[in-house]
Amino acid sequence: MGLILVLLVLAGLSLLTGFVAIDPFAALSALFSNAAATDTVILREIRLPRTLMGMLAGASLGLSGAALQGLFRNPLADPGIIGISASAGLGAVVAIHFGIGQSFVLAVPLFAMGAAAISTLILFTVALRDTSALTLILVGIGVSSLAVALTSLVMNFSTNPFALNDMVLWLLGSLANRSYTDIILTGPFIAVGMLLILSCGSGLRVLSLGEAVAETMGVNMRSLRARVVLGSSLAVGAGVAVCGTIGFVGLVAPHIVRPFVGSDPARVLWPSALVGAIIVTLADILVRTIPSGHEIKLGVLTSLVGAPFFLLLVVQTRRSMR
Amino acid sequence: MTIRATELRVVLSHSTILHDVNMELKPGELLGLIGPNGSGKSTLLRAVLGLEKISSGAVTLRDRVRAEYSRRELAKLIAYLPQDHTVHWPLDVASTVALGREPHLASFQRLRDADLEVVSAAMRQTDTEKFAGRSVRSLSAGERARVLLARAMAVQAPYILADEPTASLDPRHQLAVMELLKQQARQGAGVIVVVHDLLLAAQFCSRIYLLDQGNVVAEGSPETVLDDAHISQVYGVATERIVVGDQSFVIPVALATA
Repeated sequence: MGLILVLLVLAGLSLLTGFVAIDPFAALSALFSNAAATDTVILREIRLPRTLMGMLAGASLGLSGAALQGLFRNPLADPGIIGISASAGLGAVVAIHFGIGQSFVLAVPLFAMGAAAISTLILFTVALRDTSALTLILVGIGVSSLAVALTSLVMNFSTNPFALNDMVLWLLGSLANRSYTDIILTGPFIAVGMLLILSCGSGLRVLSLGEAVAETMGVNMRSLRARVVLGSSLAVGAGVAVCGTIGFVGLVAPHIVRPFVGSDPARVLWPSALVGAIIVTLADILVRTIPSGHEIKLGVLTSLVGAPFFLLLVVQTRRSMR
Repeated sequence: MTIRATELRVVLSHSTILHDVNMELKPGELLGLIGPNGSGKSTLLRAVLGLEKISSGAVTLRDRVRAEYSRRELAKLIAYLPQDHTVHWPLDVASTVALGREPHLASFQRLRDADLEVVSAAMRQTDTEKFAGRSVRSLSAGERARVLLARAMAVQAPYILADEPTASLDPRHQLAVMELLKQQARQGAGVIVVVHDLLLAAQFCSRIYLLDQGNVVAEGSPETVLDDAHISQVYGVATERIVVGDQSFVIPVALATA
């Protein structure tokens, strides 16, 4: 409950943050009035979709991180490990390189989702076959490395400096200029993905005792692996497709949650989604308020703050993981 | 009401681990599986559980083949305690034992009062109540072994398959664990236990299968299976007998000389 409250307060703050200062009461009336005032347009058409998209992307990252850590029984797993973010990045870069993004606005997110879908298909096939979690991680790392290599290749061949700039900015991750179209485009995938993951709770809980015991306790491991992989790919793939790469959220969110709810992989799921949404919303407020010539990109900030925080967690978990 | 393995053959990466093994577990018996390392004891358990692919032969439960049961039905019928005692997250002891109730819960259902009672009874029986709130990972190997036994007992399955439940336990807790399993058998459960300690097997098991290189070389009461000829031949050791009360036990005393 506390987390929901924090998220709502941050969402409110996020609506008030930006180039044009709007006081809270004016914002409230602007949000619910039908007048075509500037404030209303700014709030409804610019800040609200930006905030909503951030919450969706953050929640999908946090939830996927928690589910993947549960599935791999490893506190270091995150959505990056299965190569979905890297593949989505490749799709976006290809769309920008060939200039498709200029003729058709949704081309970049659509290409990103398409590429994420291809790597999802590969991982899903691996997960469905009766292989171990280790194979899945290795295939994920392979897919991820290939996507990164291909992304570099495309950037290597890109002679247009503007396109190159677009690619770099996209890869850095941002919520700026997100519209309702983005939400409508990705929302269903994120929702289905998150529901799939949430259906895995009890399976992940039993998996704490290892795959053999889980099997003998009625868990269909093949189906569990497939649901977690498909769910995370859908949710994260769609989120990354419109927001670019946002690092560390999926890794860190479950770690923030565990001291409060315990290590039971099922109980970590929901709170991780909320904490993921909180982190991204907070980070997006910060990128808009930190005074700097350029707006700092969201993905840069989450990694910049996330990495030292993660190091701190590693030192602490070494004690608490006993 | 029996688990039956008929002509069970298991081949793992081109080598045959079990050669057409026949085994039967009846309710109320504590069945011992003994044999040297690599003789196929664990594989036999895993094959019965469906964790290893069977090349030929069949496993039947209550005269129906395994495949006719749903996963959930099987989960309620057989509790498995593997050799590997890893718990992957620092769960507290009570929640770990409570995992045994999962096969009885519908999806998203919380533990009911009845479940909690079963859980605390299992902890009481295994002498693990005093750790209830502690993380399983902070326990010693022996303490963890008992917690995981409590987890398996919390399933309240009519069959329990335990793979070396006494390994890493001190003598007192070895006796306690065997006594507990024996008690489960007395209450009507069919229990298979893999043990290396011939004394424990002789003292507690009602029937014993002696395995060697994937074959059952002897089967029957402890007195018939645990005789000097079988033990010295299968383990390659010289044996002697010790007499405790009115019972005589075989013990390995030296490596066999060729």
